[in-house]
Amino acid sequence: MAISQTRTRATSMREQFVETATDLLDDDPRATIVLADISSASFVAAARHHPDRVLNVGIREQLMVSVAGGLALTSMRPIVHSYAPFAVSRAFEQLKLDLGYQDVDAVVVSIGASYDSTGAGATHFAPEDVALIDTLPDWQIHVPAHLHEVDPLLRDAVAGGGRHYIRLTERAVARQRLTVPARPRAVVVAVGPTLADVVDATRRLDVTVLPVTTVRPFPRQALRRAVFELSGDADVVLVEPYDAGTSAHEVAAALVDVRHRLLSLGVGRRELRRYGSAADHDAAHGLDRVSLRAAIGDFVASGDGWTAGGAPQ
Amino acid sequence: MTTTTAPVAPLQLPYSSLRRLMSDITGDAKHLPSATSTLDVLWVLYDRVLNVDPTNPDDPRRDRFYLSKGHGPASYYAVLAAKGFIPLPWLRTMGAFDSPLGYHPDHRLIPGVEVSTGSLGHGLPLAVGTALGLRAQGNPARVVVLLGDAELDEGSNHEAIAYAARAGLDRLTAVVIDNSSSTHGWPGGIARRFETEGWAATSIYGRDHERIEAALRALPGDGPNVVVAVVEPKESA
Repeated sequence: MAISQTRTRATSMREQFVETATDLLDDDPRATIVLADISSASFVAAARHHPDRVLNVGIREQLMVSVAGGLALTSMRPIVHSYAPFAVSRAFEQLKLDLGYQDVDAVVVSIGASYDSTGAGATHFAPEDVALIDTLPDWQIHVPAHLHEVDPLLRDAVAGGGRHYIRLTERAVARQRLTVPARPRAVVVAVGPTLADVVDATRRLDVTVLPVTTVRPFPRQALRRAVFELSGDADVVLVEPYDAGTSAHEVAAALVDVRHRLLSLGVGRRELRRYGSAADHDAAHGLDRVSLRAAIGDFVASGDGWTAGGAPQ
Repeated sequence: MTTTTAPVAPLQLPYSSLRRLMSDITGDAKHLPSATSTLDVLWVLYDRVLNVDPTNPDDPRRDRFYLSKGHGPASYYAVLAAKGFIPLPWLRTMGAFDSPLGYHPDHRLIPGVEVSTGSLGHGLPLAVGTALGLRAQGNPARVVVLLGDAELDEGSNHEAIAYAARAGLDRLTAVVIDNSSSTHGWPGGIARRFETEGWAATSIYGRDHERIEAALRALPGDGPNVVVAVVEPKESA
C-alpha cells in the first residue's frame, strides 16, 4: 500500500488523528472507522464518501468494540476511537474477547489520557488504560509525546496489522533536545509526553533520559544498553503519564540478570476528587518538574549506602 | 493437526443420529436442557438453510453462523459432526486438556465454528460488525446468530438490537431460542422488543422443522429479522 506523506495542518493530536484516518479511508479499502459519537462530527465529510466504512454506533462503546471484532472477522481493518475510559475500561471485556479471544485485530485510538479534562472529573480520567491493555496478549501500545508522531504511528499501525492501542493526549509536548552526560548515574525512562518535564527536571543531573513512545513491546534492549553505559550502580527511574509502576515489570524483565534499583513515578491510585488544571493534577501526583527533580535527585543521591529510612517516597 | 483435514466426501448423518452423537459427547443418555433446546434449530440451519461446506469451511462467500449462546454446545458439536465438519472421535473427548471441544466452542480449534463464545451477549454485537463488514465488501453472505432468551438479559445485546435496524442490516438474522429461562422474563414478549427497534419478527415452535426452515429462509423487509423459536420451558426439559 502506498503511504502518502501528508502535509498536516493539524494543531492537536485529535485533529491529526482525524486527518490521517480520513486519508487512510481513501488509501486502504479495508480501513473502517468505528465511533461511539465522540469525534463523529469530525468525520461527517469522510462518512459521505465512505458510508460503509465510517460507522457511528451512537453512545454504545461495548457495541463499538464488538463491531470492530465482527468487521475484523471479515478481514476489514477497524480503527476504533473514543475517550480513553470509554474505549478501554468500559468496553474491556469486548477488547479481551471480541478482539483478542477471536484472534482478530484492530487499532484503538483514544483521547483524554489520564486527566486531559480535569474539570470533567474521574469519570473522564483513564490513568488505568495502559495497565489494563497490558494484561491482554499481543497488544502494541503507543504513547506519542508530540503531534508529529501521530501520523506515522497510525499509518504504520493500520498497514502493519496486529492489535494496537494509540493513546493520544491534548497535552502534546514540543520535541526535546537530549544531552548525554559524560558519566551518567541513572537512566530515566520518559514515556510519551512526560518527556518535556523530565528533560527540564533533570537538567544538570547526571542522568541519561531515554524517551519511549512505544511501551509495548517495551524497549528492553534500549534500556539494557543505556544501563550498561552507566558509571556505578544500575539505577533506573521510570516516569509514566498513567498509573505509576505500569511498566515496572518490564524493567525487571529487561534487567533480570542485573542488580538494579528502580523508582517508578506516575499517576497515583488515590482518588483526588479535584478539578482545576492538568498542571494541578501533575503536581498532586508528583509529576510536575519540581517534584520530578526532587524525586529523581534524591533517588540518584541515595544510590550509595541506601537504607530503608532514606528511601525516596 | 492432521485430524482437522476434512475428508473429500464428508460424512452426512441423518437427524436421527443426533441423540446418539450427543450421548457420545456427554457420556450420558440424558442431556442438559440448554443443549437440547437448540438442537432442532441447529439441525435445520445446517441441513436446509446455511450456505456452508465442510470441504471449504473458509470460503469467503459462505454464510456466517454465530452461536452466541455458547452454553450447552453438545447439540452444536453433534450437528457439526453429523454434517462432516468435525471427526466423530472428537465427540468423546469434550473437555479434555488437548480436546478441540470445550464446554464453550472455540473457533480457533474447531473447523466450521465462526466465533469463540461462552460469555453471554457477545455474539449479536459481533454479528452486527460482520454484517457491516460483508456489506462494505459487497459480499451477499448471510449472518445468522443464535441467542437464548436468558442471554438477552445482557445489556450489550440491546446496543446491537437498536443499532442493527438503524443500519439496515438486511442480511442479518437473529434466532432467539426461548425456553423461558430468563430470571425476570420479557413482559410483552421477546419479538416485540426487536420489532420496536425496526426488526421483522416471527415467532415459531422451535421443534417444527418445516416452520423453522420457512422462518429462517425468509428475509423479510429491508432490515434485520428475528425468529423467536419457542421450546418447552427449561424446567420440564
